[in-house]
Amino acid sequence: EEDGEFLGMKGLRGQLGRQVADQMWQVGKRQASKAFSLYANIDILRPYFDVEPVQVRARLLESMIPVKMINFPQKIAGELYGPLMLVFTLVAILLHGMKTSDTIIREGTLMGTAIGTCFGYWLGVSSFIYFLAYLCNAQITMVQMLSLLGYGLFGHCITLFITYNIHFHSLFYICWLVVGGLSTLRMVAVLVSRTVGHTQRLILCGTLAALHMLFLLYLHFAYHKVVEGILDTLEGPNMPPFQRVARDIPVVSNAVLNTTAKAVALTL
Amino acid sequence: FPGLADVSISEDIPVEGEITVPVGSRSPDEDFSTLDEPVRETIMRDLKAVGKKFVHVMYPKKSSALLRDWDLWGPLVLCVSLALMLQGGSADSKDDGGPQFAEVFVIIWFGAVVITLNSKLLGGTISFFQSLCVLGYCVLPLTVAMLVCRLVLLAGAGTVSFIIRLIVVVAMFGWSTLASTAFLADSQPPNRKALVVYPIFLFYFVISWMILTFTPQ
Repeated sequence: EEDGEFLGMKGLRGQLGRQVADQMWQVGKRQASKAFSLYANIDILRPYFDVEPVQVRARLLESMIPVKMINFPQKIAGELYGPLMLVFTLVAILLHGMKTSDTIIREGTLMGTAIGTCFGYWLGVSSFIYFLAYLCNAQITMVQMLSLLGYGLFGHCITLFITYNIHFHSLFYICWLVVGGLSTLRMVAVLVSRTVGHTQRLILCGTLAALHMLFLLYLHFAYHKVVEGILDTLEGPNMPPFQRVARDIPVVSNAVLNTTAKAVALTL
Repeated sequence: FPGLADVSISEDIPVEGEITVPVGSRSPDEDFSTLDEPVRETIMRDLKAVGKKFVHVMYPKKSSALLRDWDLWGPLVLCVSLALMLQGGSADSKDDGGPQFAEVFVIIWFGAVVITLNSKLLGGTISFFQSLCVLGYCVLPLTVAMLVCRLVLLAGAGTVSFIIRLIVVVAMFGWSTLASTAFLADSQPPNRKALVVYPIFLFYFVISWMILTFTPQ
């Protein structure tokens, strides 16, 4: 009894000590493996950045040329350097388009909006189309979708760069149709070549085409109004009006866009 | 050693003793111990290192001094002074300009981290902090441009002043990009230099845009 009690206490203390030591070891091991996997994540991305400048240039030009052969699955390069640089370029072009305004006080907020819009579009629409592709049994992986959509932003960059420097309303529409249309056609053709069945092809490609073209329209027209709405709600009505790029928008679309943008800005 | 596999120490023998390492003769040069020097010497040594790196940035030659002993004091000072100068414009408006300082700070450091990760993923041999150090130090010409812009804006805000500011900012932007390229491009495989230079170009372009569109209220 005495022995048992003695042994019991000693055993208990020894056991507690061992359990504490065990727990410390487990926590330490978990933290170390978490840190290691965080570092190893960089290496997971490394093969997607293995490109040469010649390849990037070739893929940029290819992204504007729609393929003709849609009965054979087209090859998509699963590369992330080009798309990432194109998204950053789009951010820079969006910021450059606002240099004509004199009322910029909070450049930080505008920068945050630009980065959020571009990255949100790239990642969000890629995921959505990947989900639709999964539903429609299309043969495409997530990285390939990210890469395809990223290179499709090249047309957007060109259009916005031209129309921010030459403020012609009809020029924007022509660029929207031609340049935007070419890059959309390329993405659609590649997706069609990887999907079987008419309904599935229609769903997938219709969605992608609509989103891509509407995004360019949004960037040209409504983005400035959303920014103006942010400035208005934050700075009050005594600031001079924001100098917009498109100056001769038809009155109807102007009013519609204005009200929706103000509603969006007020809810932000 | 298979014979030692069953050796174990029972738990109730305390392990204690004294560990002493026999020290040889006292080392003759006391330069290794910097605890005894006056504080002024310590600070001046660091300041001189930072100043030497500033000089390297203003006259970029292919030297490895910036890379070998990296430090982040210079980038911190430059980033804080740039963010402070960019904030002064909104001192009269209703918001206190706090988020603006934080935004500039975050954008500079976030941009530098992204460029560093990009150059590492492309197969660069430079370490993370070395790249941060170089990118931070090469913000110096743009800080000088910001100073010049503020002085020009004190004189007036017309078209002439805009043209002067544009020229100054574009020149300093080119200088920054060239300086950082001179240090960073060497660490890349030779045929991929363009892939690394492009994001640096975008990064300094965004900072130059922030400087150029600064209007004091």
